[in-house]
Formats: sequence, C-alpha cells, structure tokens
Amino acid sequence: MAKTAVQEFTKGLWAEIPPFRLVLGLCPILAVTKTVENGIGMGIATTFVLICSNILISLLRNIIPKKVRIACFIVVIATFVTVVELVMQAFAYPLFLKLGIFIPLIVVNCIVLGRAEAFAAKNGVVASLADGLGIGLGYTLSLTALAIVREVLGNGTFYDIPVFGPTFEPFAFMVQAPGAFVCLGLMLCIMNMLGKK
Amino acid sequence: MREMLKLFIAVVVFSCLSGGVLAAIQNVTRERIEYQQLKFVKGPTIKNIMEGCSNDPLIDRLKIVDEAKEMNLFVGEFEGKRNTVAFETFGKGFGGELGVIVGVNLENDEIIGVAVTTHSETPGVGSRAKTDPDFATQFKGLSILDPFKIKTDGGQIDALSGATISSRGVCGAVVEAGEIYKRLKPTIIEKAKEKQG
Repeated sequence: MAKTAVQEFTKGLWAEIPPFRLVLGLCPILAVTKTVENGIGMGIATTFVLICSNILISLLRNIIPKKVRIACFIVVIATFVTVVELVMQAFAYPLFLKLGIFIPLIVVNCIVLGRAEAFAAKNGVVASLADGLGIGLGYTLSLTALAIVREVLGNGTFYDIPVFGPTFEPFAFMVQAPGAFVCLGLMLCIMNMLGKK
Repeated sequence: MREMLKLFIAVVVFSCLSGGVLAAIQNVTRERIEYQQLKFVKGPTIKNIMEGCSNDPLIDRLKIVDEAKEMNLFVGEFEGKRNTVAFETFGKGFGGELGVIVGVNLENDEIIGVAVTTHSETPGVGSRAKTDPDFATQFKGLSILDPFKIKTDGGQIDALSGATISSRGVCGAVVEAGEIYKRLKPTIIEKAKEKQG
C-alpha cells in the first residue's frame, strides 16, 4: 500500500522521530544541545542535508549501480554537508564556530545515510522529499526539546535570555556530558511510555 | 571485468561532479568567508590591540605578498596618522599551530600589543597564553626587533607556569613577526601613505 506524501512527512515527527524512535543520530544530539541556538542550528543543517540528499538519491536511484551505491550515497551526502559548511561559514560564522566539528560529522550521521539507503533509494522524488523534510524536522524538534531542558536548567537561560532571574543557581550538571545522557534517557523513557498501548 | 569498469566509472563520475560543484561554491563564498573570519576571529583582538584608533583596521587592510604568501596587514590611525600596523604570525605551540597578532608602531618599532588568536593548546594550561592578560602585556613597549625568548631560555619573557612550550610558541611567533616586519616595513609605510593620500 503506497503511503501519501503527507503520511511520509508526519511519520518523521512522531512514529519515526529519529533520536527517540529510531535511536539514531545520538552523537550530535548529546554534543550540541547545550544551548537552544546550537540545537536549532544543527537541526536545520541536518534537515537541509537530508532533504537534498534524499531528493538527489531518489532521482538517481536507477542510475547508481547497486554494488557501489553506499559509496555514491556518501559522495552525495558529503557534497551537501560541505555546501552547508561553506554557506554557514559565509553567513552564520558565530554559529559555525560553536558547532565546529559537528557540521562535517553530519556526513557520518546514521540518519542521513539511513534515509538514503532505506527510503530514497526505493521511493519516488516527492515521497523522498516528504520523508527528508519530516525526519529532518523531527530531528530538529528533538534537538530543540533536549536543548531547551538542558539550557533552561543548566544555564538558567533560554536562547541566551535569562528566565529565572539572578537568584537562580543553575544545575551545571545539565550542560555537561553526563547531563546530556541522563536527559536523553529520561526523554526516551517518556516517549516510550507515551507510545505504549 | 566490464562490470568492474562500469562500477569504477560510476564512482569516478560521481566524485568529479561533486568536486566541481564544491569548487564552484567555494569560489563564490571565499570572499565572504574571509571577511567573516576576520570579523569574528581577529576583529575583536585587533580592536583590542588598536584601542583608540580612529579608523576601522579591518577595512583599511593592506594585502602584501611576503615570500609568495599573501598577508593581511591591518593599519590603525592614531591622531590623524596611520602609524600602526597589526598582522598575524604563527608559532609552534604544544597542540599545534599558534596564531598571534602583533601590533607595531611604525615610527619607533615599538610593540603596542600582542594577542593570541587561534590555538589548540591544553585548556586551562596553555590556553592561558590567550586568556591571561599579564602574559601578553609583557611584550608591550618592547622593540619588535628584539630577540624574544622566555626566561628559562635566557630571554626576557616570564613563561606561563606549566605552559613553557606554549609560551615559547608565542615568543617564536613574535620573533617571526619581527622578521616579517623588517622585510616589509618600507612597503607598509608606502602603501599606508597611499591609502591615506
């Protein structure tokens, strides 16, 4: 049964939301979610790469020889990641400095290659576009959600704006690596509880 | 064999296309990236060194080719005279290359300021070369033509405790700046005058 583009889009936002349901792309989600700004920036960068690589791979899916498909996918993905890197350097340099190594690392993000291999290589352009957009937005939402919790509790700010006033003592733990693990774990737990029927 | 060739050609064609696209995008964004890097990485440091200057050293920069390498030299205007210049040189630190911006008064060859820009030194140890203001101010007022060494090497600069190699790297970069300054001084004065005139 062929799903509609809308269904392909919405599945990325809930049923297959990448870090919580597919449990993919955890390395950047742990590393860049110290602040909401970083989280959103990383999410948008990943979404762009996902959409572009999904479209291109879907267009080329009958041309790419099956045996070297992974190599070709990686070349396509790496190209778009480098584009993002250059554009970000040119137009959002401070963000580029904060995200640093995690931008080039989008190349090896399992979500991107995963969608290329599992979806774009087998489906049409429109469906792949919807899939990329949905998964990308889902990923951005997850990054943002985690970043909000961590920044508000760990730093007492939201998008660099103080939320609690000067008397608030931030949980420094939350912006460090263990805080990221604990926070992600709790979110996974909540998602699983909500998803259970 | 034919099949192998086909696969080989597919990957080669993909890589070539990707290379071409990236080269084009790099070409378009290069100018902007260079400016952004100057603005966000070196801009604040240069402003700091050139405190009180009446122009924007980032705009009034000279491009001079020194030993086949193009250098950016930032000219500062004090009391109506373009008499200071700042530029970046590199020394060898503990974790790799260590960038240092040196500001020099063109009239008496005195150093007006030294600041570390990019580095990969150990955080909290070698990184103090950048953050500890007492270290960099030691250079202030000395002649750029002096040989700079840390005290353990028989020189005049107090090394940061525990960060001898980083301190040595900064000294090396300043010595290098002296060499470049000696070579380029006539050209700098000439070009700075041209811009002013």
